[in-house]
Amino acid sequence: MTLIDVDVKLALGQFRLDVQFASNGRSIALFGPSGSGKTSLANAIAGLATPKSGQISINGTRLFDKAAGINLTPQQRGIGYVFQDNRLFPHMTIRANLVYGQTWAARSQQGPSFDDIVALLNIGHLLQRTPATLSGGESQRVAIGRALLMNPRILMLDEPLASLDQQRKAEIIHYLLKIRKASLDASLAPMITISHALDEVNRVADEVVMMADGSVTDVVKTPIKA
Amino acid sequence: MNWLFDLSPDDCDALWLTLKIATLATCATLPVAVAVAYVLARKRFWGHAFVNGLVHLPLVLPPVVTGYLLLLGFGRQGIIGHYLDQCCSIVLSFRWTGAALAAGIMAFPLMVRAIRLSIEHVDQRLEGAAATLGAPPWSILMTITLPLALPGIVAGAILGFAKALGEFGATITFVSNIPGQSRTIAASIYSHTQVPGGDEAALRLSMIAIGISMLALLMSEWLARRMHKTRSGMSI
Repeated sequence: MTLIDVDVKLALGQFRLDVQFASNGRSIALFGPSGSGKTSLANAIAGLATPKSGQISINGTRLFDKAAGINLTPQQRGIGYVFQDNRLFPHMTIRANLVYGQTWAARSQQGPSFDDIVALLNIGHLLQRTPATLSGGESQRVAIGRALLMNPRILMLDEPLASLDQQRKAEIIHYLLKIRKASLDASLAPMITISHALDEVNRVADEVVMMADGSVTDVVKTPIKA
Repeated sequence: MNWLFDLSPDDCDALWLTLKIATLATCATLPVAVAVAYVLARKRFWGHAFVNGLVHLPLVLPPVVTGYLLLLGFGRQGIIGHYLDQCCSIVLSFRWTGAALAAGIMAFPLMVRAIRLSIEHVDQRLEGAAATLGAPPWSILMTITLPLALPGIVAGAILGFAKALGEFGATITFVSNIPGQSRTIAASIYSHTQVPGGDEAALRLSMIAIGISMLALLMSEWLARRMHKTRSGMSI
């Protein structure tokens, strides 16, 4: 079965997004320079932006199909979206942030356990703190944990390393590789990583969707040569 | 200081009555103010500007007009007042509950303004994040939007309470100035100034009114700061 199958047209002011691709990888990257439409595409997949036309399917589930009148709400889509600015809820503790998705998503019942995710991401010592007191790398790990705990159909990370310094980058890549490993043996959801950095893409993805100027130019296997 | 609290029994009644009226007015108005503020902040619909104008009308109308309209609507012979009296034996005119209605309506625009501003400041991207995590719209409102707007809601409530404490024009028009029933601090001060030798009592009540209002404003400021601190502090 195809993991992800996308064919959408989306207009945002002057910007036009027109992408078609399908991929079977367990760890896909959307790769392209900033302004190529990666985040717009991610928002369309998560249901935060509505395309003009086309369809989006994940693991055979149709999330959006203009012709058939299907447009699942973000709540129904089950996309574990880790935002670039991580968007932790500032008025809640880290523990409350982590279990937020678990509270609502029925599918989280069959998902990974709280303790497993806390151990995987090494965030046990942060549980009683608030987001404002966390470093960039810690916030990123909590945001990833929150998304994984809802047991998503797919984990979607938007530039997970862009705002971090070299040391933190290495740290987060270490965790992404752990998730990728769990994803390959199917104990965690498959992942889509959005990135503009070639070295990151080569390390975390097995298949890369190349984007430029709002469209897909190629879908290739890693490693990609510069 | 003793001079300040040397109140006549009537003035004591007025003080407690005013606190009772302002409390009821604030509690009853707050949920409506939150709902209206949310709709004005987040929804775009035909007639948005009209609703916004209507909400703010009591702020700019002569209070006596608001009081007169209340009398027309909620007086015993009024359209709504007559019905309330018939069906549930609820009479508002010339009662303390009517004074609470008048105070609530006069406080309403101030509450809506403060709450609307704070809802507009809530980052909608956080609501989007909550939606991707599966929270239904109603839960997003209760767990994200309103808690983040809480400082503004509290500030609005206190501002409304302070306004309700001092309401005079609409109250005296709608429920008159009956000792023990509708004679609030403001109405008492007015009554004292109308009789010879009432100056001292008027001044005393005025000082108390200033004290309570100032206290309310300081409390609103303190709460807002505290909430801000909690949010950026180490723990909840």
